[in-house]
Parts: sequence; C-alpha cells; structure tokens
Amino acid sequence: MSSLPSTPPASGTRYSGVAIGLHWLIAVAIAGSFSVGLYMADLPLSPQKLKLYSWHKWAGVTIFLVVMVRLGWRLSHRPPQLPAGMPAWQRKVAEATHVLLYVLMIVIPLSGWLMSSAKGFQTVWFGVLPLPDLLAKNEALGKLLEEVHELLNWSTAAVVVAHLGAALKHHFIDRDDVLTRMLPLLRSPTSGGTK
Amino acid sequence: MNWRHGLILAALATALSSAHAIEFNQLQPGKSALAFVSKQMNVPVEGQFKSFRSKLAFDPAKPAAAKAELEIDLASIDAGSKDANDEVASKAWFDTKAFPVAKFVSTSFKPLGGNRFEVSGKMTIKGRTQDLATPVTLRQEGNSATFEGSLVLKRADYAIGEGMWADFGTVANEVQVKFRLVATAAAAAAK
Repeated sequence: MSSLPSTPPASGTRYSGVAIGLHWLIAVAIAGSFSVGLYMADLPLSPQKLKLYSWHKWAGVTIFLVVMVRLGWRLSHRPPQLPAGMPAWQRKVAEATHVLLYVLMIVIPLSGWLMSSAKGFQTVWFGVLPLPDLLAKNEALGKLLEEVHELLNWSTAAVVVAHLGAALKHHFIDRDDVLTRMLPLLRSPTSGGTK
Repeated sequence: MNWRHGLILAALATALSSAHAIEFNQLQPGKSALAFVSKQMNVPVEGQFKSFRSKLAFDPAKPAAAKAELEIDLASIDAGSKDANDEVASKAWFDTKAFPVAKFVSTSFKPLGGNRFEVSGKMTIKGRTQDLATPVTLRQEGNSATFEGSLVLKRADYAIGEGMWADFGTVANEVQVKFRLVATAAAAAAK
C-alpha cells in the first residue's frame, strides 16, 4: 500500500475511465458466467452442455486475467474519496466489502480451474491454450471443489446484492455521488441525486 | 481354432530346431491396459476399458505367423466421468446392450525391422467391421512379452456417437487408442 499515491482524488471526482470500464466489463462478465454456470450444471449430457462448460471455463480464465489488470490499476490509482459525512463504520464496511469482492473474483476462477483438473477435464483456454493441471484426477476432491466453487459463487451473489444495495442507498437516500462516479457515460463530475 | 493348432505344431516344429523357441500366448490382464484419449471441445479426456481378453500366439522366431484376437467388454468403459459412462452405453454411442463386445482379429503381422511390427486386422464395433493397421513394438523379457502401440480410430467409422453427437465440433472424430498387452508363454509351449 506504500506505493499508493499519497493524496487520493477529492470527493466529487469520478473514477477514472479505465476503472469504470473494468468495473462494468467484469460485472457483466461475472453475471453472464454465473448464469451460465447455474444453468449448465444440471443439464443432461449433450454437445450443448460440453460447449457451455468450455465457454464458462474460457470466460473464467478471461475474467481472472481482467481482474488481475484491474487489481493492478486499483493498487496504482487511488479511488476518489468517500463522501465526507460518511460514518466510520460505513467506511470500514465498504472497504471490507470491496476487499472481499476482489478476493472472490480471484479465488472463484482458481477454484473452478482446480475443480476441472480434479474432475479430469483440463482447461484449454479458447480450445487453444491448455492450462496445466495442478491437481491429479480425484473424484472425491473434484466433488468437494465443486461445492467450494458453488459456495463461493453464492457468497459473491450475496456480497454483490449488498454492494448494489449500498450503491442505491447512497444514491437515493444519502443523495451523494457514490453511485454516479462509477457510472459510465457521465462526463461532468457533478454529484448525483438527480438524473 | 485351427490356426492355433497349426501354430502350436509350428511352435513345436520350431522347438525341435531351436532350443529357445517360445510362444507368447497367455495374456496377463493385470499388466495389460487398453486406454484412449478423446477430445471434447479440444480438451483431451482420458478413458480406458477395464475388461478385455486376448487370444494370442506370437513366436518371435516366426513373427509373420503370429495371430492375435482381442475382445473388449464395452460395458467396462471408463470414459472419464460417471455421466460419460452412462452416456456412451446408449444407442447413440456403443449401444452396449445390443453390441456388448468389440472385437479385433488380426490378419497379418508384418515385421518392420528391429522389434517393430505392423499388425493388420479387422476391427468390429457396434456391428461395423473396418480394416485396421497399427504399429506394434515388442519388448521381450524372459518369459514375458509386452506388445505396445497406439493408433487413431475414427469414431464415425463405427457409428460411435450418432444423432446430436455426430458433429465433430464438440467431440472429435479421432480417438487416440493406446494399448499395452503383456503375454507370457504357456508352460507347454515354452521349452
């Protein structure tokens, strides 16, 4: 953290375009692969199921890489300050939620990768680049990692609901700029509250 | 079984002229393996058949006269996962109920020099018979011989994976088959 720029941008400043772009790209990608993952798991075996599994795995690897870029950006660019009137406990919860989301975004693709290896299905990114299998095939371990992967995903869903709820609360109740400074297509750094 | 009688006679005849004549004809199932690699969405998935029998008669002194038959119990497949095992027993794949056994019968053993041979024969799976040839490497250690090789089977040649599975975009047509057959010489044939 010592490498962070010492002074964060003032409150009222928007997130950088890169941060906004990465945030929404990852949000859409996660929502998509979460839905596909939920849908594909209980399908009877078919070519479509094999395709969906592969696409889901390709998406997971891609999301992981984009999250790495985003993490690098986040660590080298301080986000705008939170509104001055925000209570300390809320700042702590916000901080913890964001850290937790980063941890989940990193751990979930890893758990999927390990689970695939344990189940004996290597991950071949876009059908071209084979990822090494860090685990040997092991049915019991595969089943366990599947449950871990699922649990982590439902945890993410819960944290995302809290994250969304907080953003909406800031926008509609606190009437500050916490939501709008992360929204794309807004140019002026004026604070939110009205549309 | 006539060819076996012929071979035993041949082996005996060879035994008379050579003290080292030996015929490998007892498959050692525990040491043998029949594995394959299929490609699903370009992901290699390993599988194997756990139950198979072989009638084998191989005299290193007369390799061209060798014979081999292999019977594979298709229900003994491990295709990589339980889902896959259930699926490949279905009509679209092996139709294991109607065609429980796949069979290979050799028609020729062609020495390629050294310890290598080309074995040709007829492969029957799911009621369809195709000519097949595969290189085989022989490793002989005392009373035991190991025949090893690998070949590519095209699943469509045997209608393995019909209907929605017929498209090779998801499951590739080519299936890599790897075999290792270990045989010992029966006491009667060994001298």
